[in-house]
Amino acid sequence: MATRGFFGRQQDPALANRIPPGQALTKDFPVLSAGPTPRIETVQWKFTLKIGPKPVKVWGWDQFHELPQTKLTRDIHCVTTWSKLDTAWQGVLIDDILADAGVEPPTGYTLAHSYDGYSTNVPTADLIAGKAMIATLYEGKPLPPDHGGPARLLVPHLYFWKSAKWVNALQFTEKDELGFWELRGYHAYGDPWREQRYTGDP
Amino acid sequence: MVNAAPPLRWQTATIEKIVPQTPRVSSFFLKLSEPFTTKAGQHVDVRLTAPDGYQAQRGYSMAQAPESGPDRIELCIEELEGGEVSPFFHMVAAAGDEIELRGPLGGHFIWRIDDPGPILLIGGGSGIVPLMSMARHRAASGVPVPMAMLYSARNWSEVIFRDELLELNGKRDGFDCVFTLTRDVEKRDGVHARRIDSAMVMETLMRLPALPAHVYICGSNAFVGAASGAVMAAGVAEGAIRTERYGG
Repeated sequence: MATRGFFGRQQDPALANRIPPGQALTKDFPVLSAGPTPRIETVQWKFTLKIGPKPVKVWGWDQFHELPQTKLTRDIHCVTTWSKLDTAWQGVLIDDILADAGVEPPTGYTLAHSYDGYSTNVPTADLIAGKAMIATLYEGKPLPPDHGGPARLLVPHLYFWKSAKWVNALQFTEKDELGFWELRGYHAYGDPWREQRYTGDP
Repeated sequence: MVNAAPPLRWQTATIEKIVPQTPRVSSFFLKLSEPFTTKAGQHVDVRLTAPDGYQAQRGYSMAQAPESGPDRIELCIEELEGGEVSPFFHMVAAAGDEIELRGPLGGHFIWRIDDPGPILLIGGGSGIVPLMSMARHRAASGVPVPMAMLYSARNWSEVIFRDELLELNGKRDGFDCVFTLTRDVEKRDGVHARRIDSAMVMETLMRLPALPAHVYICGSNAFVGAASGAVMAAGVAEGAIRTERYGG
């Protein structure tokens, strides 16, 4: 249905294949979260890899930075309809975390957990093969607390609520267990190109 | 995938009337073609379509109380400079126009009357909109849960729902709204004239019989950051605070 009198903003045709449907470009970096911004000092920061309830390996901040560092520049897409192009991140690929722990992915499902109690589910296949990382630098600088610092999950090809801020654990689960927003009406997978915003979207 | 719920369908809603609230904010009263029941604090997604098929979507909080019925909603939209959707609403949209929306959306920033109280609401600018739905829900339901609101606006003329909030305040039935104006030149009795801070939050909390069980903060990111910091400094547990941040 065309909306009377609405013509939309002129889009740069060169960017058409980079902006998913229903998204608008932003130059700044909006902040969204369900609660106050937690402040986590890097000396207290710990990251745990778990299989079910069982911790497999725990890294402190310094140990974590001994893992191979990778840079990723990606477009990101928030379900609240902003997209941001060419965001530059540095951190540790999930592949390198698994390798350091000496585990092959044991299940097809993963839950990311955060310091503030947040969680989000991501299929394991979407985290490996160079697709995702635990990011600690944004645009070459330590990730600010508002954007999830000291460390956040980065899964750039899914809506950005999947890129859990203040991340402190990845947990392999037997079944697909819904996370915080997924239990509150948001889509279990969240592919921006298919506009999987809310529960029940195809 | 574990999606069991049916998809939220887009529906056509008709603009019934547009009521200016402040110089930059108007209320858009919409009649739904597919009625739905809401919870206080929820939002809808609005979708506009250009003749070439280009679509723009935005989420807008609803201001009406759930008690106002399933047929009509009130969106309260601020015109944002350089925006794409809000200028359409302010400069083009007229009564009788049809727009597409879907909802209700949001399962976190919501208040139910049987949730434990007291309740503290803190809004900055147009962040008042979902909080207004909560204040109206309380009034319409008659539930006596103590509720305090701290509302920060730039000046008195930009206080959205001002007369209604003053009227709710006047009932003295356990709802208590405190204003602060950050850029007003004229000093007013009982109205703060500075940015939100811990002392102001503490003073607002003193109007409640106990620490709030739930705090809802909505506004710009900077506002929400400052307000949630002040609330935690006043002794409220982090886990009691829910936030919604507008814009970038």
